[in-house]
Amino acid sequence: MRVNMTVNGRPYEADDVWEGESLLYVLRERLGLPGSKNACEQGECGSCTVRLDGVPVCACLVAAGQAEGCEVVTVEGLADHARQRSGQVAPLAPVQQAFIDSGAVQCGFCTPGLLVAADELLERNPDPSDADIREALSGNLCRCTGYEKILDAVRLAAARTGEAV
Amino acid sequence: MDFLRPAGWEEALAAKAEHPTAVPIAGGTDVMVEINFDHRRPEYLLDLTRVAELAEWEATDRTVRLGAGVPYTRIIEELRTELPGLALAAHTVGSPQIRNRGTVGGNLGAASPAGDAHPALLAAGAEVEVASVRGTRLIPVEEFFTGVKRHALEPDELIRAVHIRRADGPQQFSKVGTRNAMVIAVCAFAVALHPRTRTVRTGIGSAAPTPVRAHEAEEFLGAALEEGGFWDSGAPLEPSAVRRFAELCAGACRPIDDVRGTAAYRRRAVGVMARRTLGWTWQAYREGEGRTAPCA
Ligand SMILES: Cc1cc2nc3c(=O)[nH]c(=O)nc-3n(C[C@H](O)[C@H](O)[C@H](O)COP(=O)(O)OP(=O)(O)OC[C@H]3O[C@@H](n4cnc5c(N)ncnc54)[C@H](O)[C@@H]3O)c2cc1C
Ligand code: FES
Ligand code: FES
Repeated sequence: MRVNMTVNGRPYEADDVWEGESLLYVLRERLGLPGSKNACEQGECGSCTVRLDGVPVCACLVAAGQAEGCEVVTVEGLADHARQRSGQVAPLAPVQQAFIDSGAVQCGFCTPGLLVAADELLERNPDPSDADIREALSGNLCRCTGYEKILDAVRLAAARTGEAV
Repeated sequence: MDFLRPAGWEEALAAKAEHPTAVPIAGGTDVMVEINFDHRRPEYLLDLTRVAELAEWEATDRTVRLGAGVPYTRIIEELRTELPGLALAAHTVGSPQIRNRGTVGGNLGAASPAGDAHPALLAAGAEVEVASVRGTRLIPVEEFFTGVKRHALEPDELIRAVHIRRADGPQQFSKVGTRNAMVIAVCAFAVALHPRTRTVRTGIGSAAPTPVRAHEAEEFLGAALEEGGFWDSGAPLEPSAVRRFAELCAGACRPIDDVRGTAAYRRRAVGVMARRTLGWTWQAYREGEGRTAPCA
């Protein structure tokens, strides 16, 4: 079947999509957007997290056909998305810069999903408590960092965004 | 495989009547796992996410009619007051990503003994509204589960909504697992005080082939509260009555040993959760908090 969707502000059309295929597969294998990672394919790890009509979801658990006509934001579009929100010109979204500056990236496999989830948290709640951060990221597993640097990064991004306003 | 995408409820029912083997997909958090792992290759997938009615809820005097497709996140945000037990249970499901997609209709459709909505529905009092082109019927939630991952739907039926009694007293939900997020319950327990009818109802998850109520425990406690005038006095509960209630709840379990825990552990844990959640709800009742039960 054919599936149409808007990804990171651009219209896409995918052909010959198998009906049981996931949105994650379509993004990675058909639309050339491999930023969202495929690790577990069962909703456990969050490395495939994207925004579907604004809502963070595991792309591995969305049937491609369910995304027909929807707006998807992946890590590839996160910087643009953040720029539109803030009106500021920066090459990276504040969470992306903060992950780099805090040393929150090791192997990087979990990073795209964490960035999408963390960015959505800060959009909703610009001044999150530690409990808010833990809860928002509780569906994203990282096997390298031990999470402390990730929490640091989200706090840093929140602080910087707060200063900029 | 074919992907059916009805735009409305009547169209969905017609599609299910025409293709009774079609597998409905709502949030996909159960269905997609099965497809990704090749455990299921349905001939037809019936996408229900375009059916706007399913994503709505409405409250009347005594009940909330919760559309089968309302995701957990919205239950937590919008229905905390009306359905505190279900909102607490919803908050323990998976992760934010799972709660943003997963639905009570899907939980019922999967009919897992470990589904977290089920104990909360049993304790609150609920009926499942199912429909087909032949018509609509209401199934008491107690009768909905017919076996492990089996339910009372006919092949041409879909779940339209769940009619849940609005809380008229404190409710609690408790779940045992290895961490806060992302765990299938080792076992779970829900309790609801119903001061209006002067009854207590319970729900036990993951400790029998289906979710069950602890009927004997409910009757015992109901009688003890009534006879002792506790509903009026709001006096502290007798420790012996609380103990007995917990024992009867544990006794209502028919658990098995599996990878998540042993039968003996489950029985014991259900007793402990019964004692604690009763303590919390009774405390809330005494403090006159009425419907807003505290978080665990
Ligand atoms: C990582 C992860 C963590 C999870 N954690 C939990 C947890 O903590 N607690 C818990 O209870 N569950 C958990 N689950 C399971 C799942 O999220 C829940 O069962 C959820 O409620 C399913 O809802 P859904 O809308 O995604 O269902 P779907 O996957 O879309 O459907 C589930 C079943 O219901 C049927 N169905 C759906 N809608 C209807 C309808 N309207 N009429 C008839 N049949 C229908 C489908 O055909 C299918 O058989 C988890 C799943 C994952 C992947
Ligand atoms: S790949 Fe989707 S959650 Fe792990
Ligand atoms: S950095 Fe390796 S999994 Fe998180």
